[in-house]
Amino acid sequence: MKRQRTSWNNWLLISGVILLAIIPLLAIRDSEFSGADGQAEAVIGEIQPEYEAWFEPLLTPPGGETESLLFALQAGIGAGTIGYVIGLYRGKHERNSTFK
Amino acid sequence: MKLKQLISLGLITATSVTVTILAAPPAQAMHIMEGFLPVTWAIFWWILFLPFFWLGLRSLNQITKDYPELKLLLALAGAFTFVLSALKIPSVTGSSSHPTGTGLGAVLFSPLIMTVLGSFVLLFQALLLAHGGLTTLGANAFSMAVVGPIVAYGLYGLVLQVSGRQTVALFLAAAVANLITYVVTSLQLALAFPAPEGGILSSFIKFAGIFAITQIPLAISEGLLTVLVWNWLVTYSQEQLQVLQQIKPKSL
Repeated sequence: MKRQRTSWNNWLLISGVILLAIIPLLAIRDSEFSGADGQAEAVIGEIQPEYEAWFEPLLTPPGGETESLLFALQAGIGAGTIGYVIGLYRGKHERNSTFK
Repeated sequence: MKLKQLISLGLITATSVTVTILAAPPAQAMHIMEGFLPVTWAIFWWILFLPFFWLGLRSLNQITKDYPELKLLLALAGAFTFVLSALKIPSVTGSSSHPTGTGLGAVLFSPLIMTVLGSFVLLFQALLLAHGGLTTLGANAFSMAVVGPIVAYGLYGLVLQVSGRQTVALFLAAAVANLITYVVTSLQLALAFPAPEGGILSSFIKFAGIFAITQIPLAISEGLLTVLVWNWLVTYSQEQLQVLQQIKPKSL
């Protein structure tokens, strides 16, 4: 019974996250949703127009496609690890409870 | 039984990987970019950050030596930050940013452990993705991997004591840690770039208007996701959580 309630709660949590991501997309139509740091860069340009970055990134992804690949890879590795650990714990948990 | 378990494990892993890869929105950078802090400020934040990192390394070393069974949980805490900082989520301000994922590990282990794990995530992004930077790593790590986790840890304890409700405490801890990270980022930028009129305060309001407001819905998302993973842990790995309860005062 308690287990059922938790799983219901978990679905609510996931729906909350999805909603929070979708609402801005629907509410603000004419935006590209560019990164917040790009906007901060523009503000720096406003405050101190003469400032120039004094160091360049050693490695810049050659384009948007490669960049999104790397980000997807990052998310994929992380999510895979989380899934693996939780799955392992779950397997252990279920084995223990069947023996009991 | 063994085979069935392996299959289910594989399925869970494969599904989560697929879901995140398919869901990955177009990339944009975040945090303070490479070269965008004047040299003296870059050095200042590096110096402030390094002692925490060193203490964190020591604490991490201690835990893995004394409690090797907690390594999986450490991997989980690190992976959580890794995933969350890759998720560029659109926000109400019309720009996008990402969660930080440092609250979970800070509450589970200690803020110092998250300093190390968070810094590695930032290093990965600075080196491979040109996201953040090496010169600004000290500043970015200080906001995301030092201040964020400490706030999460403190707030969790406080709310837990006042309300007695673990999930509420965890939600608030994770959400506020996320938000405060970007408040600190705004402050760091304001200190380095005070406005000709109005000075640091006026700059701070400008930067916070970009970072912190964008971050509000994402902070809520992060709180929800943290509670989700926490629920799984509470359901399936009571044993590990109990070990953590015992060592917490020592690892801080």
